[in-house]
Amino acid sequence: MSDISSDEVARLAVMAALDLTAAEIAQLTSELNVIVDSVANLGKVATLDVPITSHPVPLENVFRADVPEPSIDLAEVWAMAPEVEADMFVVPRMLSED
Amino acid sequence: MSASDLTRLSAAELSDQLASGTTTAVAATEAHLARIAEVDPAVHAYLHVNADGALRTAREVDAKRAAGEKLPRLAGVPIALKDLIVTIGMPTTAGSKMLEGWLSPYDATVVERVKAAGMPILGKTNMDEFAMGASTEWSAYGPTHNPWDLGRIPGGSGGGSAAAVAAYEAPLAIGSDTGGSIRAPSAFTGTVGVKPTYGSISRYGMIAMASSLDQGGPVGRTVLDTALLHEVLAGHDPRDSTSLPDAPPDFVAAALRGRKGDLTGVRVGVIKQLHGEGYQPGVTARFDEALEVLRGLGASVVEVDCPHFAYAFDAYYLIMPAEASSNLARFDGVRYGLRVTPEPPVTAERMMAASRGAGFGPEVKRRIILGTYALAAGHFDEYYGAALRVRTLIQQDFARAFEQADVLVSPTAPTTAFRFGEKLDDPLAMYKGDVATIPANLAGDPAMSLPSGLSDDGLPVGFQIIAPQRADDRLYYVGAALEAALEKRWGAPLLSNLSEITLPSSGAQSPDLAPGKGQSQ
Repeated sequence: MSDISSDEVARLAVMAALDLTAAEIAQLTSELNVIVDSVANLGKVATLDVPITSHPVPLENVFRADVPEPSIDLAEVWAMAPEVEADMFVVPRMLSED
Repeated sequence: MSASDLTRLSAAELSDQLASGTTTAVAATEAHLARIAEVDPAVHAYLHVNADGALRTAREVDAKRAAGEKLPRLAGVPIALKDLIVTIGMPTTAGSKMLEGWLSPYDATVVERVKAAGMPILGKTNMDEFAMGASTEWSAYGPTHNPWDLGRIPGGSGGGSAAAVAAYEAPLAIGSDTGGSIRAPSAFTGTVGVKPTYGSISRYGMIAMASSLDQGGPVGRTVLDTALLHEVLAGHDPRDSTSLPDAPPDFVAAALRGRKGDLTGVRVGVIKQLHGEGYQPGVTARFDEALEVLRGLGASVVEVDCPHFAYAFDAYYLIMPAEASSNLARFDGVRYGLRVTPEPPVTAERMMAASRGAGFGPEVKRRIILGTYALAAGHFDEYYGAALRVRTLIQQDFARAFEQADVLVSPTAPTTAFRFGEKLDDPLAMYKGDVATIPANLAGDPAMSLPSGLSDDGLPVGFQIIAPQRADDRLYYVGAALEAALEKRWGAPLLSNLSEITLPSSGAQSPDLAPGKGQSQ
């Protein structure tokens, strides 16, 4: 029986860089508990002797030729940027005042 | 041929008429644009209509043909694209406010292939936001309505592509399938949809949901049409590091051979875990009848046991949100997409969180939080790691099953199309609709949904065929045989039962069922 608290959901939201309202946190907490309960019984069959499959069709050493190719047209990139100055993306400061 | 007749042609028929000079690409494109203008106010399959661009392509194709150039088979045949496929000059929104009005600086590989094939692009189709959903109700731009009953969902996440094809707003469309997002909408709309072998159609330029599960694929009204489009799309792409190096098999030849209706020696495996309890009686009835048809064509039908499929749903709803939470981290308001300035203190971190909080809808947030939880330190072995082990077990189940059968079958979905709002308050109930489609995504196996009739409620039912990796041609062979036999029984394609779509002001319409049509005698 999973027991995810709304505090934990709030922490997950910070990890995921996702602003949630108090109502959203409450809703997600109950939904998350229901869903995690439902999927939590994998341990019965997923014992550690079963290997992991991360990719359905395994490929190894996928390389391409070391040949330079043209990049994306910068003018088109700037056209879609929220804020641009002197060919740089403008973002708010990384750290708060203190 | 009248404009409305042009929209009723299959892609194969239209390409024949274009090649013979009976009609022109411009006429075909105009006919579809007129059809879109006529019915899309009711259906809402399209988020963006590319009238000028499509007609420009059509004119170029007509000029080349007039000059005697040899053109690709589908040159001049219009197509619609799911709105997570990036396109130069047309917005790509992925059904989200996060990308409202966003114009991609590059074309997806599948778009390059469609353009090289000379196919006019009619527009971008509606979808659940970032492909997260099973009904298209989670689109930030309003839902798509099922052409069979405008009060019902067309399925998701690719409801727009399927509805456009079913409503004759396009003869062909491209969708994407992570857990059933091509196949389920096809089942609900009476169309054909294929999720190819993982890696066989390039994902370059397809906005990623779950990178180990996503595949783009063809949607059409017939098995042959779907094969023709699949041929255009498939093949190695060095820009997708999961792209298979192999040359694809000949899907079109398989479809043409299959149409002859000889399935002698073909072993069909019914997956024990994917039918019966929990499946609507009408869905089960059409499934059983389709098995009878296959037997009648010479196939042998056996039951195969895939015991770990009982865990496929759980594994999927851990793997997919985990991968999606990672893939969606790029939408942060820094370089593109929605940027929201938060209350002071304004830092980059707070800006990202505010932008994502404003730009993402409830289902996307749900999956991001679920995925973040599954990947959080201390949880790996219990959730994500366990799911990856179950994935191995499911691949092993498939391998064993394919020793006993050449193709595996099931109903595509446990139900027919449900009404708007029925499942919105119960995410788990919405997720459970994917129970039959998920295993093929986890294993990377190709799978098709094609119409097998109408249920007791008059709504389409889909039949799912799954083949081993790289054997996508088997889907077309068996699918074409089944389709031909069923249409012979019905006397006409299933979509001929679809009554005219009336705009909402004219009142609600319900499917017009001739007695016995769509239900095998």
